[in-house]
Amino acid sequence: MSDSKKEAYRPKIHTGSVLDDVTVHSKTLDDIGVEILPVHAGGTIHAKRIAGKFRTFKWLVASIWIILFVGPYLRWNGNQAILWDLTNRQFHIFGLTILPQDIWMLAMILLFFALLLAASTAIAGRVWCGYFCFHTVWVDVFTWLEEKFEGKPGKRIKLDAEPMSWQKVKIKLPKHLAWLFIAFMTGFSFVAYFVDSFQLWARLVNFELGYYEGMTIAVLAGLTYLTAGFMREQVCMGFCPYSRIQGAMTDTETVMPTYDRDRGEPRGRAKRPKPGEETPELGDCIDCRMCVDVCPTGVDIRLGQQFGCITCGLCIDACDEIMEKISKPKGLIRYAAINEFAGKELPPIWRRPRVLVYTSIMTFAAAAMIWGLATMSPIEVTVLKERAPLFVQMSDGSVQNKYTVKIVNKSESVMHAQVTVTGHNDLIFIADRVADVEPGNVGSVGLLVRIPRNKLTLESTPIEIMVTDLNNPQIVDRYTSVFHGPKR
Amino acid sequence: MAQHNPWPDEGNTGHIWDEDIRELDNPPPLWWMLAFYAGFIMIIFYALYYPSIPLVNDHTKGLAGWTQIVEYKDDFKVLNDWRERTFADKEERLASLDVTEILKDDELRNYAIATSKVLYGDYCMACHGAGGQGNPNFPVLANDDWLWGGSIKAIEATLINGRVGNMPARGMMGNLSDEDVAAVADYTIALSEGRADDASVAAGKAIYAGKGMCMACHGPAGKPLAPTGATNLTDQIWRFGGTPGSDLRDEVIRTITNGVNVKKDGQFLAETRRAEMPSFKERLPDADRNIKRLAVYVHQLGGGQ
Repeated sequence: MSDSKKEAYRPKIHTGSVLDDVTVHSKTLDDIGVEILPVHAGGTIHAKRIAGKFRTFKWLVASIWIILFVGPYLRWNGNQAILWDLTNRQFHIFGLTILPQDIWMLAMILLFFALLLAASTAIAGRVWCGYFCFHTVWVDVFTWLEEKFEGKPGKRIKLDAEPMSWQKVKIKLPKHLAWLFIAFMTGFSFVAYFVDSFQLWARLVNFELGYYEGMTIAVLAGLTYLTAGFMREQVCMGFCPYSRIQGAMTDTETVMPTYDRDRGEPRGRAKRPKPGEETPELGDCIDCRMCVDVCPTGVDIRLGQQFGCITCGLCIDACDEIMEKISKPKGLIRYAAINEFAGKELPPIWRRPRVLVYTSIMTFAAAAMIWGLATMSPIEVTVLKERAPLFVQMSDGSVQNKYTVKIVNKSESVMHAQVTVTGHNDLIFIADRVADVEPGNVGSVGLLVRIPRNKLTLESTPIEIMVTDLNNPQIVDRYTSVFHGPKR
Repeated sequence: MAQHNPWPDEGNTGHIWDEDIRELDNPPPLWWMLAFYAGFIMIIFYALYYPSIPLVNDHTKGLAGWTQIVEYKDDFKVLNDWRERTFADKEERLASLDVTEILKDDELRNYAIATSKVLYGDYCMACHGAGGQGNPNFPVLANDDWLWGGSIKAIEATLINGRVGNMPARGMMGNLSDEDVAAVADYTIALSEGRADDASVAAGKAIYAGKGMCMACHGPAGKPLAPTGATNLTDQIWRFGGTPGSDLRDEVIRTITNGVNVKKDGQFLAETRRAEMPSFKERLPDADRNIKRLAVYVHQLGGGQ
């Protein structure tokens, strides 16, 4: 590589803010720092695929996504094991049925994973983006298929440049069919979590898909085909908010794939010195550009950590392979924190405040979830108190309050729900019936409570309304309400 | 605005503020302009198709004759048809069954209650309150004090025929003096407090049974023998009075002095109590079913017997 070309790389190595190098006296867009971030803008990226330990790791992690495609066909007691039954407002997860009343647990699950994302990012950068994000995984599989059908990157670039011909279509078509198949399966599997999967297949082959399920499958399949097939790294850079948020969640103690600039620079290929010529002092980087060639988002890691980098570690594989070939120690690009390069020692993970805060919130969310599941009652009672009128004077001198008791049956069998009331010695109650509540339904009982006016000591007396399932007497729920009387 | 233009070749309009903020004269993108023109063309079709141009006393009707109210009515008809279809079976049973049977049928009872809320709000609430809590001079429906009977049949009869209260002023024969009235008032208050045999109200008791002939309607013990519109004087509920802030004795004296719905020379007495429930046989749409529905609804407000 010529010296002038080498020079061209130099000013791009930013250590501080990009604004440090910006000249502001002449105020054109180029000069005030707009879009000088190093972004690949040269069309489709055809990254090389090479073996290595991060490559293996990526495949292993990506294979977890197979569960998405298998999940809808799992059965439990003859029913679909995982079914988000929106029509009946019931969520079945194996033996567990969750009704909307318990949906706060879903919030806990979301909280847990949100904080897991934060914690993992604080420790090791964008591991979600690099290894597990469905977009990364789908793009990885799509490009793998592309290589199978169309050959290595060089061949693909040549093919892309060719004018459209029957020959080109013949090469390209199978790839698109394979992509479309995966895209369709993605959309279909997603929808199959919301309706019975086998019936969905039956409706599909008979062309009887409903509007909403059909549209959802079509839209998801279309988007998968478009984003994983064509948009690729542009999704991460232009669409995805998480990539930007996570970039801001790393700090100087976060380990991320980093180019060891002190060791690598000045980069260049060592030439055999001609007689009388001085050997230039070169770093370990031979400027082979392998790290750029393998990068799925087309960034140059040697420019430092940047928003285009999804920290997938493929450049580490590539660089290590080269280092091995030229008999230099591995790890010119490696997982390291900025503080390590500054000579500071990294504190252990459990002594980093952010990690501690994140994990304690995660523990809280997990504990709440376990508590919620453990104490999930098969019955839920809510009592609505009549407010117009708050109370009524009865002819025998007692005061009457009216309530509506709502009984949610979250169990699998019919409930025969009996309402009883306690809370005052002279209290009389009349429940209009013993309600039969079907599983997953809500039953309602009208309730009248009377207390003699002269026995009332408070304007509002706390009372406890208890509902017992007579079919299964250990199922009981209590609700604390108030009994209103006249002002005293 | 700056006077000289440091960017003469840029195509700016010459409007420059704060040294370097300048107005350029760039054409909008083609797609934007096309959409803009398409919008204009759309306006023409829109104006022709829909009622749009106001005239002096009217407006253009549009080619389609479309109006919001017609669309609303069409939609409402769809909804109504759906309702009629879905609940036809229940409505039929509501029409064919007797109110007592409706009350016993859990499902039908719930249906009647659920479909009564709007009716109750339209026809009953103004006087009897949203939850049957009553209003001054209008009876409470949520308690167990029924002048005309609290059984479902009696409530239904009240709704069908209406009820007009009737109590003569100053005793049955209208012959009570002010002192007599005060004595009877004290006696009735004592009745509801369970002190009917007190010596202090003996005078009132005598007038109640004798001169005033109150017992004819209110019963010998202050309790009507049948629900005929006379109040039960032994209970704790006052048909007139008993509202917070009013003096109970004054209210009772007024009631006895002026009676209920008492007319003189074809005019109501100024101070007489008015108690009149109209008949809803003619007032309610689809009265046959709706009266049954409302009877069930009122019955469950808190005091049905």
